[in-house]
Amino acid sequence: MSNLHELYQEILLEHNNKPRNFRKLEDANRKADGYNPLCGDQITLYLKVEDDVIADVAFQGHGCAISRASASMLTQSVKGETLAKAEEIFDGFHALITDPDADVDYDLLGDLEMLSGVSAFPTRIKCAVLAWHTLNAAIEGKEDSVTTE
Amino acid sequence: MTTSVNPFDVARIREDFPILKKLIHGKPLVYLDNAATTQKPQAVIDALVNYYVTENSNVHRGVHTLSQLATDAYEGAREKVRQFINAEHDKEIIFVRGTTEGINLVAQTYGRANIGPGDEIIITAMEHHSNIVPWQILCEEKGARLKVIPINDDGELLLDEYESLLSPRTRFVSVVHQSNALGTINPVERIIELAHARDIPVLLDGAQAVAHVPIDVQKLGCDFYAFSGHKLYGPTGVGVLYGRADLLDAMPPYQGGGEMIRSVTFEKTLYNVIPNKFEAGTQNIAGSVGLGAAIDYVNSVGMDNIASWEKELLAYGTERLSEIELVQLIGTARHKGSILSFVMENAHPHDVGTILDAEGIAVRTGHHCAQPLMDRYGVPATVRASLAFYNTKEEIDTLVRGIDRVIEVFSR
Repeated sequence: MSNLHELYQEILLEHNNKPRNFRKLEDANRKADGYNPLCGDQITLYLKVEDDVIADVAFQGHGCAISRASASMLTQSVKGETLAKAEEIFDGFHALITDPDADVDYDLLGDLEMLSGVSAFPTRIKCAVLAWHTLNAAIEGKEDSVTTE
Repeated sequence: MTTSVNPFDVARIREDFPILKKLIHGKPLVYLDNAATTQKPQAVIDALVNYYVTENSNVHRGVHTLSQLATDAYEGAREKVRQFINAEHDKEIIFVRGTTEGINLVAQTYGRANIGPGDEIIITAMEHHSNIVPWQILCEEKGARLKVIPINDDGELLLDEYESLLSPRTRFVSVVHQSNALGTINPVERIIELAHARDIPVLLDGAQAVAHVPIDVQKLGCDFYAFSGHKLYGPTGVGVLYGRADLLDAMPPYQGGGEMIRSVTFEKTLYNVIPNKFEAGTQNIAGSVGLGAAIDYVNSVGMDNIASWEKELLAYGTERLSEIELVQLIGTARHKGSILSFVMENAHPHDVGTILDAEGIAVRTGHHCAQPLMDRYGVPATVRASLAFYNTKEEIDTLVRGIDRVIEVFSR
């Protein structure tokens, strides 16, 4: 049961209820769709990139609490960062949720640390990384929808 | 909670299924994912072991004793299936891998031989992907069209709409007997009657129904009936396609190989008679024997007893879940099997599934391979608790407590 509490922390539920930057970004210059065919989670991620800096970021879509909260936190953590830094954050986040013994730079991750409980639920890791894979696709300018499979 | 007299002793039945003693996260397993696959009684596990320990060999054409034993066991299983669904002949029972392969077989043989450009195939809005995609592949290849019988909000077919879909171009009707996502049991007798009045053959997808409803293919009058062994308390990897002998005789073969031939030269091959014509290669012999054992087991419990206990469980589960304000049942047909599909306000099915699992409760969450149906209800997914005759009212109470836990977590 403590694992469940670790997973569904209050801050995660709060992001689920009131996701940040949950809208269409009208002046986006990059965009990607992500889809998890196993559970039907779907996300569209919008980026406004200026001189290799993520000037603005927003998302739309539907999914479980974990995918929604993860997307919401993503927008907060990469906004104003360079593309290189965003990639660094993704790497750190990926290690956090897949490897409980990983040497994680908590300063880099900030609030994302609250998603560490996912590591105890291997079936839910895909929910947490969907938005991040979609971010990568948007950065790389991929047209095809990203899937977790 | 009201108690009533059990039609049979559930506690004793549960003793037959070793896995039901398992603990999940330290809690007793509450297995409510029977529509995905059922658990196996010891009798089926023993039959598999016994086959490999005492009878294993390849079937047919062998002159040695073991081959004869294996052939007897394999053909014995075919006869058990015939009796179970009351087919007229043994040769109308084709062993396949499962329902999916059974439907693909019909689409690729009967379908390719009889359906052409502009022809129409009718399915329903509540089909599993396995009764949609094989027909789409055929339509794509032949330039035929797929027509879909719509449903009402309760998840019942609109038969008037079905009647108006039947046209001079309709060549085939393929309909699910019991919906995996909603539980709806369709009025298949009427569907068949209307199709047959126009000489259109009908396939029933019996993947769900076979474990819950007594099946009599002659009384139903269907032309094809497909089901999977593993949803009938048997092993995975084996299933059955029933087909009317005259149709099967006329159909081209599905796969080429050994067993399905009468004679082969490099110039010409003569095909074997049914059912062998459709059983190319070495079949899942042990699986078929295991399916035979599952049928024996189900018969010993009694399909009528199973159906009446599941009906009682469904009524109890429907009542308990309806009491929870944040739960909305999806699939409320008057005539339905023991499936409780639902969504919850504020909590996504995936999150519900994770929290229930922590309580030892196994449910399925997702689109249940019925995405067009999910679209019909405007939900991306549901939580599905599917009941079998070894489930108890106490387990439904545990499910309700699990749902309370979900509400507690998500109301923080």
